[in-house]
Amino acid sequence: MSIDTATAAKVAKLARIKVDEDDLPALAQEFNAILGFIEQLNELDVDGIDPMVSVTPMRLKRREDVVTDGDQQARILSNAPDAREGFFAVPKVVE
Amino acid sequence: MLDLSYDSPKPKVIAGAKHDWELVIGMEVHAQVATRAKLFSGASTRFGAEPNANVAFVDAGMPGMLPVINEACVAQAVRTGLGLKAEIHLTSAFDRKNYFYPDLPQGYQISQLYAPIVGEGEVLVELGDGTARLVRIERIHLEQDAGKSIHDMDPALSFVDLNRTGVALMEIVSRPDIRGPEEAAAYVAKLRQIMLYLGTCDGNMQNGNLRADVNVSVCLPSAYEKYRETGDFSHLGTRCEIKNMNSLRFIQQAIEHEARRQIAIVEGGGKVEQETRLYDPDKGETRSMRSKEEAHDYRYFPDPDLLPLEIEQAWVDDIAAALPELPDAKKARFIGDYGLSDYDASVLTADLDAAHFFEATVAAAGDGKLAANWVINELFGRLKKEDHDIADSPVSPDQLGKIIKLITSDAISGKIAKDLFEIVYTEGGDPDDIVEARGMKQVTDTGAIEAAVDEIIAQNPDQVAKAKQNPKLAGWFVGQVMKATGGKANPKAVNEIVSEKLGL
Repeated sequence: MSIDTATAAKVAKLARIKVDEDDLPALAQEFNAILGFIEQLNELDVDGIDPMVSVTPMRLKRREDVVTDGDQQARILSNAPDAREGFFAVPKVVE
Repeated sequence: MLDLSYDSPKPKVIAGAKHDWELVIGMEVHAQVATRAKLFSGASTRFGAEPNANVAFVDAGMPGMLPVINEACVAQAVRTGLGLKAEIHLTSAFDRKNYFYPDLPQGYQISQLYAPIVGEGEVLVELGDGTARLVRIERIHLEQDAGKSIHDMDPALSFVDLNRTGVALMEIVSRPDIRGPEEAAAYVAKLRQIMLYLGTCDGNMQNGNLRADVNVSVCLPSAYEKYRETGDFSHLGTRCEIKNMNSLRFIQQAIEHEARRQIAIVEGGGKVEQETRLYDPDKGETRSMRSKEEAHDYRYFPDPDLLPLEIEQAWVDDIAAALPELPDAKKARFIGDYGLSDYDASVLTADLDAAHFFEATVAAAGDGKLAANWVINELFGRLKKEDHDIADSPVSPDQLGKIIKLITSDAISGKIAKDLFEIVYTEGGDPDDIVEARGMKQVTDTGAIEAAVDEIIAQNPDQVAKAKQNPKLAGWFVGQVMKATGGKANPKAVNEIVSEKLGL
């Protein structure tokens, strides 16, 4: 798999990260280096081996259906650049 | 259980300029899971709270917060799967669906793309005209709901409320087995009914707790049958997905508009583009959601914060053993045990309150068919007049049962029963006592009826002569006797005595 500058630009856009045009070639090259490194894994034959999801035999932890959280509007909004009337206020996004 | 078999309905056909077209519809229904807390946090799911009051740091996507699954949500999904006769997967897993939107603070939705908790099932969708469509369910997966953006509070800003963020949804995915707008609405209504019986979703469409995405395509007659034979989707047209509708009426309208749009494109020599569209009920059209198209690259990957969800067969069996009687079974039982018509049984099983009321009435009345008539025609009719729900009925099943018993024991006539019902409805009280206290008992004493008939005959010699010529006029005498006795005479006895006395 090879990442060109157009793909790098698309990935940046999907992640909502602003990247200058001039920086795209270097970014694409970095992506390729990372992917190339990971692709070494393809050399292994994993036929018939189940994917390993955990190194310890753990069961997914569950919670009971009890309300234990919330009621903290001020704390939830405290990091927001802009909040009004209990809402986060963000630049207009309309379909 | 009685086996109800139905014919399949005919697919909806739309006449194009050149020839007929058929519709093919698949649906993704999003049902909010009925639980107290969210899917991965301990925040409340209660509707109508202050903005951002039902938000845990997990829901707000704060760094370092980890999701912990609410076991009740898993149980509800399993319950729903069992209710749709679906396969339950003892191992399922969660994936991240990545996209940007201000009401999705994590930057991804936790969903189940690769290994959903529920697999293939089916739903029988009756259409009320004696036909029913068996719709195949492809899968049900658990996922997080997004928050809510409000765009009309400020000209330059959108306001975001995260109360709904992280609430558990079941996405119920059907196969493309639905063949018309009415079927689509009936399908959603049937899912809603089943989930209300199961108690797994409150079914409130207005609040958005049940909403549907609809995939619509059009094809030439017989193309769909080829798809069903071969499983090859290339026999079908290109589909468009209409997003996020929370009204049965809009679903039908949107499908109709979208199908006509696609037919116009194809007949004009064009090609339908596969895309996501939005229905605008004010303009009566669907339009493309271009922004959604760009973001369609969701870069799914397994959520590293969550181990696979493993459940035990014994746990599933316990849930299965505790399932309530479901609509199809209840309807079949009403038809089999009480001798009801298909229609009456459908009306009485439409919701649980009605079904419970009916059965309690039968228990008091001892006559299923008569109880069905009285519940559907008199009680529902009366409640509807005042926009009341069965839950607020001023007449209890016990009272209604007593009224019916008074009819079947010949104590009162059907006509008087309606007056009695009105008294009980408006004033309350014990029907037996009311009948006694107000002298509403039917006169079955033939001596009294004979006296009344003799009197009418004596007063109306002309009518007697006419009735002898034309026996149909005997009805006039019956009417006069009923009037004279204040409607309390037993009509059957009056009929017999009038005929006898007139020598008919």
